[in-house]
Amino acid sequence: MKNTISERVADFLKNYPPFNLLQKKELLTLSEQVSILYQEKNSFIFTDGEDPHTSFYIVHKGAIALHKASKRNANKSEIIDICDEGDIFGIRPLWVKENYKLEAIAHEESIIYAIPIAAFKPYAQNNENVGNFLLESFASNTANPYSKRHKGNLYTSNYSENITPEVKLLDLQPVTYSKKLISCLETTPVNELAELMNKKRIGSIVILKEGLPIGIVTDKDLRTKIVTGQYPITTPASKIMSSPVITYPKNMTVTQAQMAMMKSSISHICLTEDGTVNTKVVGIVSKHDIMVSLGDNPAVLVKAIKRTTKHKQIKVIRKSIMNLLQGYLDENIPIGLTAKIISELNDACIKQVIEISLKKMTTPPPTNFAWMAIGSQGRSEQLLHTDQDNFLVFEDVAEDVLPKTTNYFLKLAKHVTKGLNTIGYEYCPAEMMASNPKWCLSLQEWKNMVSHWIINPGPDEVLMSSIFFDYSLSYGDKNLVDQLSEHIFTTTKKYPLFLLHLTKGALQNPSPSGFFRSFLVEQDGQNKDFFDIKSRALMPLVDAARVLILSHSVKSISNTWERYEKLAELEPNNSEIYLACSYATKALLKFRTKQGLLHRDSGRYIALDKLSKEEKIKLKRTFKTVKEIQELISIRYNVANLLG
Amino acid sequence: MWFNKNKNTPQKSIHEIRFVVLDTETTGFSFYKDRILCIGALSIQNNSIAVRNTFEVYVNQNIYNKETAKIHGILKNSKKELLEEKEALLQFLDYLGDAIIIAHHAMFDIQMLNHALERQGLPELKNEYIDTSHLYKKTLLKSNLLIKKKQYSLDELAEKFSISKEDRHTALGDAYITAIAFLKIVALLKQKKEVTLKLLLK
Repeated sequence: MKNTISERVADFLKNYPPFNLLQKKELLTLSEQVSILYQEKNSFIFTDGEDPHTSFYIVHKGAIALHKASKRNANKSEIIDICDEGDIFGIRPLWVKENYKLEAIAHEESIIYAIPIAAFKPYAQNNENVGNFLLESFASNTANPYSKRHKGNLYTSNYSENITPEVKLLDLQPVTYSKKLISCLETTPVNELAELMNKKRIGSIVILKEGLPIGIVTDKDLRTKIVTGQYPITTPASKIMSSPVITYPKNMTVTQAQMAMMKSSISHICLTEDGTVNTKVVGIVSKHDIMVSLGDNPAVLVKAIKRTTKHKQIKVIRKSIMNLLQGYLDENIPIGLTAKIISELNDACIKQVIEISLKKMTTPPPTNFAWMAIGSQGRSEQLLHTDQDNFLVFEDVAEDVLPKTTNYFLKLAKHVTKGLNTIGYEYCPAEMMASNPKWCLSLQEWKNMVSHWIINPGPDEVLMSSIFFDYSLSYGDKNLVDQLSEHIFTTTKKYPLFLLHLTKGALQNPSPSGFFRSFLVEQDGQNKDFFDIKSRALMPLVDAARVLILSHSVKSISNTWERYEKLAELEPNNSEIYLACSYATKALLKFRTKQGLLHRDSGRYIALDKLSKEEKIKLKRTFKTVKEIQELISIRYNVANLLG
Repeated sequence: MWFNKNKNTPQKSIHEIRFVVLDTETTGFSFYKDRILCIGALSIQNNSIAVRNTFEVYVNQNIYNKETAKIHGILKNSKKELLEEKEALLQFLDYLGDAIIIAHHAMFDIQMLNHALERQGLPELKNEYIDTSHLYKKTLLKSNLLIKKKQYSLDELAEKFSISKEDRHTALGDAYITAIAFLKIVALLKQKKEVTLKLLLK
């Protein structure tokens, strides 16, 4: 029965091999047999040793990870492959009638199509191309990184035990290069060439003659030959290019490319169809590209982020950021430094999302604005992907153009929040986002709002303030932020009662440990019997730091441990406890991040029975500090009076 | 028309329950004057939607409204095979069985169907139902300062959950968007507490 949904399924399948080899009619018939499965994050599609299902799978949205249980460590499994949109998995076992040798787990929330093997088999048998495709993929023994270059290949369970963990294999990964080749002719004047390089933000350009590469011009050539005055800026490219070009075949690996660069001490390699200068150029690999694919250098990642033109491209880079984070934690790099670097990178992503969104607007912004991160992002304590919390403030405008201005920024904010969602930030469930008309206001409107919270500190207002007051600038006009901070300080000075209410709010988080110093765990829901590290340990420290720093009117420090370090400086007699707090915050954040990376979630809920004795002791040690700082603010702001 | 209403339903895990997600395209919003032009439905069981087991019928009606045709694009003399209203309803009841209905702004579709059933001398629907527009609000945090919208449109849900709106305003297309939104909402709710049928129906 042909219907709207089967048509949509066929529409999707036709883009991916081997389905692109089928006739339209065949595809429609096949699509009617498909089941659409929704997979929650971390749910299993099949497990190791399970009997083959009646269907194989193709990823429609999301990502499915194929794991192989590790022989060395029973609790740990290695990711063999991650299947993205359009990738097929779990077909070989059905074909050869074996049990699954891998397990397939939803790496993120996914929608997959289950295609019955019985319905598909006739096509593979009758259509030579389809059959060949399958044979080829079974034979190619597709294992992890290599398959990235072979989009659409089948991921088989034909995986050999001897393969070393994936990280090392990275070296054998084919180099990635930009396929949109930027080139010019030997006669092109150097000033035009430089403009083109500028526009495309590239550091090198290939010089073609009759379609074949004859030379390459890099930033260095411009610097040494033009800027020095050796040649005028109208010189044709052929005069300053490095020639001949050193060419390699396009399927070289990262390591080969590195070796080649070292060997000829060059920073760019030209890739051609067959590796000689006599065939068409397919791309250029730069040292920069190589460093990005190795993914171990923040500066390079920042550069890569700045070059993106689409939100989706940033998503890919964020995966490298996560690898970097894992690396830092494994190497035991101080968490303060780690957090700084990772936040810088996250910031760069957000900035780029805004840049790209601005380009989507038909006109430039009507006035200055600032995009602000709030909550954990504002405090630079967000290492893992979490919710996006943000707001937008724009310069005051005349009343008659206010609605129009607001509309402009709301529209911009919609693009930005959507982009942030694309790169991995979930929407805020409380709608605390600049795309919400209540969180996209002019400076004066924000001042009024904040004054309202400070003057009428009910529980909701205090909660709002505690999220809002940890803001930091992501993008735009710093001046606006300073004015807002100034306003908050003068208003809190006028209404000291507010601090008392804020303190009360800070003391409302549940206690981390019970009477006998046992952990208190959650009572209900999915996280029953888990320890909530965020609300029971981290938040009390974060909240206390906010109250204290606000009472000292210190602006533009929103990070919690930096706040404690500043407080230690401002109140030398309490420096011991403040430094302990600073340490505890870092320790807890590290704990949370490690847990989060392990389980690919926010790391908020911790399974206590999975912790080692040592880890438990470490965790408990921070609780003492939590209790002490809570006592300190409770006494200082005399909360007892309010509660009584 | 009779069916066994399973009295044990609330104890079943929500994976075992059969849900039927439905949407109707109509000539307008009046339960009395307007008529159903198309019924689209699909069933979810164990987080899975079988494409061949979906339901889509176009209904022959004398009433036609040029204005709403602009939305759903169903032409008066389209080439699609049309069923008489009674036949369409009987086929639909057979498909629905004792499943739990899911729809966006469910009351509208259910009322529309009930009025049609009444016209044809058939008993009204007794199935329990879940309204995704209502259910979605449970995923949002509660705070008095954050003004929740009263209504969330299917478009807004599709945007929130990045679901393609390509087949928007076809009955089965809307049912599909609703179904995916439903599955995503349940996954979100699960993070907070155990999701039982009772919670979904509340």
